[in-house]
Amino acid sequence: MCGIVGLFLKDKALEPQLGAMLTDMLITMTDRGPDSAGIAIYGEGTPGVSKVTVQSENPDQDFVDLADKVKALVGGPVSLTRRDTHAVLGVPAGKAEELRKQLKEVAPTVRVMSFGDTLEIYKEVGLPKDVAARFDIASMAGTHGIGHTRMATESAVTTMGAHPFNTGSDQCLVHNGSLSNHNSLRRKLNREGIHIETMNDSEVAAAYLTWKMQNGATLGEALENSLDDLDGFFNFVVGTKDGFGVVRDPIACKPAVMAETDQYVAFGSEYRALVNLPGIDGARVWEPEPATVYFWRHGETTTPNKKAA
Amino acid sequence: MQTYDLEADGLRGLNAALHAQTSETNQTQWEIVNPRGSHAIAVGLDAPIEVNVKGSTGYYCGGMNKQATVHVHGSAGPGVAENMMSGTVVIDGDASQYAGATGNGGTLVIKGNASSRCGISMKGIDIVVHGNVGHMSAFMGQSGNMVVCGDAGEALGDSIYEARLFVRGSVKSLGADCVEKEMRPEHIELLRDLLDRGGCDAKPEEFKRYGSARQLYNFKVDNAY
Repeated sequence: MCGIVGLFLKDKALEPQLGAMLTDMLITMTDRGPDSAGIAIYGEGTPGVSKVTVQSENPDQDFVDLADKVKALVGGPVSLTRRDTHAVLGVPAGKAEELRKQLKEVAPTVRVMSFGDTLEIYKEVGLPKDVAARFDIASMAGTHGIGHTRMATESAVTTMGAHPFNTGSDQCLVHNGSLSNHNSLRRKLNREGIHIETMNDSEVAAAYLTWKMQNGATLGEALENSLDDLDGFFNFVVGTKDGFGVVRDPIACKPAVMAETDQYVAFGSEYRALVNLPGIDGARVWEPEPATVYFWRHGETTTPNKKAA
Repeated sequence: MQTYDLEADGLRGLNAALHAQTSETNQTQWEIVNPRGSHAIAVGLDAPIEVNVKGSTGYYCGGMNKQATVHVHGSAGPGVAENMMSGTVVIDGDASQYAGATGNGGTLVIKGNASSRCGISMKGIDIVVHGNVGHMSAFMGQSGNMVVCGDAGEALGDSIYEARLFVRGSVKSLGADCVEKEMRPEHIELLRDLLDRGGCDAKPEEFKRYGSARQLYNFKVDNAY
């Protein structure tokens, strides 16, 4: 079991409240996943700056001179904003992916949570309410975000095993379910040069989508392909810099509810996650269909795309 | 009428209060406010009372119901009316997966759509869905009736025993050993009663009947892989 929440805002007036709304939704899903929790939030970007969110078990020690070390590595101005065990490094645009690969050389105990222009990922072991409070998720603003509460089945209960997973710039994925062909797919993706950090099945799904998109697929197309290539149970909720997608496997045994109003699109593993959203009583509420890709992008109206059997 | 605020007073108190009702109770009308998607609302009832849930529910609402009428004025999460024995459960909105699963008796009415596995392993329950049902509905159905006024998803009635399935719209595909059967006068009469109990204004003559071809009852070597 796991819990998923997601919120894609259409109304800019809600953006300052994104973190608070997501935190509230996340906490309602505590009994679906009390071992770890994480949030991916798409906040404000700064032109010319990319973000790398990092984590350390010893932040007091590791973060002291991290900005200087990173500056020596990538050149140009580097900023560091710490939040508990995590820190967001601001690096010159285009340097984020390079830093992700090279960070281990200068800071072997610092792990990369995410990289991109607007995406930040915060995740830790612990109850969702405690994890959200550590990072003060409630104070964060943004355009869209995804949260996950984990009850582990396929890999260890660690920070790195928590969701969301980020495998490409500004991409993230959360998963409820379990994949059965992740080992063979991980080997295949490794051969294709895709970086996969953990032995977690869900990270392989994230990496699969990244690989598809690197080869020219849109997120919607990549999600459709996942229905052919991934074996197992899954509800995926994914984010890109300006998009938000949902897909369920054809068996669809993992629960999912969605709600849409003029102000937002929301996803919850259960309706309980959605009850405090503004205007929920008047929202269109539905259960996403099996084997059907749902995808929204800022500035576009999108209809679901049913995968042919 | 008894009103219970689920958010303020909690689930255990609600179900304990409902379980305390006997067939002689004079507290026959209950209204539950602020259900907010909670699980296991009004489960295990065994008294001729009417419970109105003013909003949407989570998992297993009305499960194991006997005698009572549970009316959800919203949508229901997975497993609504699971293993119902008797009585009535009405959902004004949609129902999530495995609605009415393993139900032994009583009537489940879903005024919206039901998703996958509706009536899985049904054992005597009557299920009336005003909208559509999802894939694998009535899987291994043993007895009882399912009425679908809209369309049915893939693998309807897979491995069905003796339940009767009536569908007005299209059937995406029939499951193993499920076949279309003729509508005889007794089926029209049965369906008329079911539609009436389900509050549907559909005509029984518009439906097709599906049921077991009875080819999976005994071992056949031809079915082995």
